Amino acid sequence: MSTATLERSETKPKYIVCEGNEAAALAVALARPDMVSVYPITPQSSLVEHVAKLVADGRLDADIVDAEGEHSVLSVLQGAALAGGRTYTATCGPGLAFMFEPYFRTSGMRLPIVMTIVTRDGITPQSVWGGHQDAMTVREVGWIQIYCESVQEVLDTTIMAFKIAEHHDVMLPVNVCVDGNYLSYGSTRVEVPDQAEVDAFMGVKNVNWHAALDPLRPMGVDPLTGGAGGKGPSSFVRYRKGQCQGMQNALRVITEVHEEYARRFGRNYAPLVERYRMEDAEIALMTLGSMTGAAKDAVDEARQAGTRVGIVKIKTFSPFPVDALVAALGEVEAVGVVDRSVAFRWNCGPMYQEMLGALYRLGRHVPSASFIGGLAGADMTVEHFHRVIRDTEALRHGRLSAGPTWLNEND
Amino acid sequence: MSSHRAYPMFDPAAAGVPDDLCPIATEITPMLPGDWRSMRPVVDRDKCVKCAICWLYCPVQCIVEKPAWFDMNLATCKGCGICANECPQRAITMVEEAGA
Repeated sequence: MSTATLERSETKPKYIVCEGNEAAALAVALARPDMVSVYPITPQSSLVEHVAKLVADGRLDADIVDAEGEHSVLSVLQGAALAGGRTYTATCGPGLAFMFEPYFRTSGMRLPIVMTIVTRDGITPQSVWGGHQDAMTVREVGWIQIYCESVQEVLDTTIMAFKIAEHHDVMLPVNVCVDGNYLSYGSTRVEVPDQAEVDAFMGVKNVNWHAALDPLRPMGVDPLTGGAGGKGPSSFVRYRKGQCQGMQNALRVITEVHEEYARRFGRNYAPLVERYRMEDAEIALMTLGSMTGAAKDAVDEARQAGTRVGIVKIKTFSPFPVDALVAALGEVEAVGVVDRSVAFRWNCGPMYQEMLGALYRLGRHVPSASFIGGLAGADMTVEHFHRVIRDTEALRHGRLSAGPTWLNEND
Repeated sequence: MSSHRAYPMFDPAAAGVPDDLCPIATEITPMLPGDWRSMRPVVDRDKCVKCAICWLYCPVQCIVEKPAWFDMNLATCKGCGICANECPQRAITMVEEAGA
């Protein structure tokens, strides 16, 4: 049960111990959404239970709509956003799959809805455990997708997500990707920001300035476009191009919002790509999400043993931060990319596949390998990352493996 | 064209809204359902008893009341034929527009 409260009388920072799902719920309350819509049972997490409790306890003044399925959940929020509301939901796995039709439409209608994906592996094989497969499957649908490393980062990023989504140069929905099990149920010490300071950070809400369900401003929302005649082709291209531009603008806005958040609240996260011990690194690991903690420990130990290894952690996966990644890879001689999901078509991890495109921009050949671990809730330990470091080091001497390395194959 | 709207259509340019965000339409097409209808309902005034079943079922609400029968506003009737199908008196016949 929730023991946290948002009230605070002193000016001292407030610390609580909570799980990632509760941290996300507290952040949602701090961002003051007008409507939260959820499908309340499986596949759902305790996240929306925490949100519902905050509403029931009178600490979050939002309408909560228990819809009959995720397809309706997102459709409800589209209406709420078009009516001017700040909107939020959370889902995962099969729920995200059932949401797909309105999910595609949300980014096309440029509605700044924030949705937490408590990431879960794809079924079948049947499982209810964590993995990035669900979020990775929808990485090409025009949503901004940001992955968190810690419970504190879940709270801070969820607040920032609303500001990023609603920025007028962006106007795109945002997924905050929270590693299922490891972050969603992982409990740590968390600092909860002051409500007044969050209010000042968020500024004035204005989410339906571009399109609205408003009798005072009559317009037809989402009319038919495209086709081969008249203004069809040019209008469709104009909107699609605008979406792509919004994604590119997001790279700048995400950086600016992180900088402002750091100034106001004192917590600084690399917005796009984090470099960990990359100065003078000969080889680099690439990581995503909560696995990065174990990877950092392994790198610290390997550094002590004389291996010049660093980590390039992706925080913003969509839009893919190509320039930031190219800059981070710098002079490395080999890269080992660790994914928590698979790219079936390329027989590797999705992040590895994306990185190959970035390497082309880098303009020189860098030996690289794909590592897949942590599927369906499997643990990724320091030992696993030592293996990644050893195999990546071996790449410098020409040992290339044909397929991915499955880190939990013998666990 | 008459309008029941109390406010003028939204003007994105005047509001400073870029034209490449959410697809919106701010011009109303002059086309009405009657412009593309392929079949037209014809009421047999002797059979009509004004039960209003057609009025109840018409999806575009184009049924209009006359002194001794119900008729259709052919500007908005889309020719779906639901009225003819539902009429208990079989007073409505659908006829081809092209041959009429």
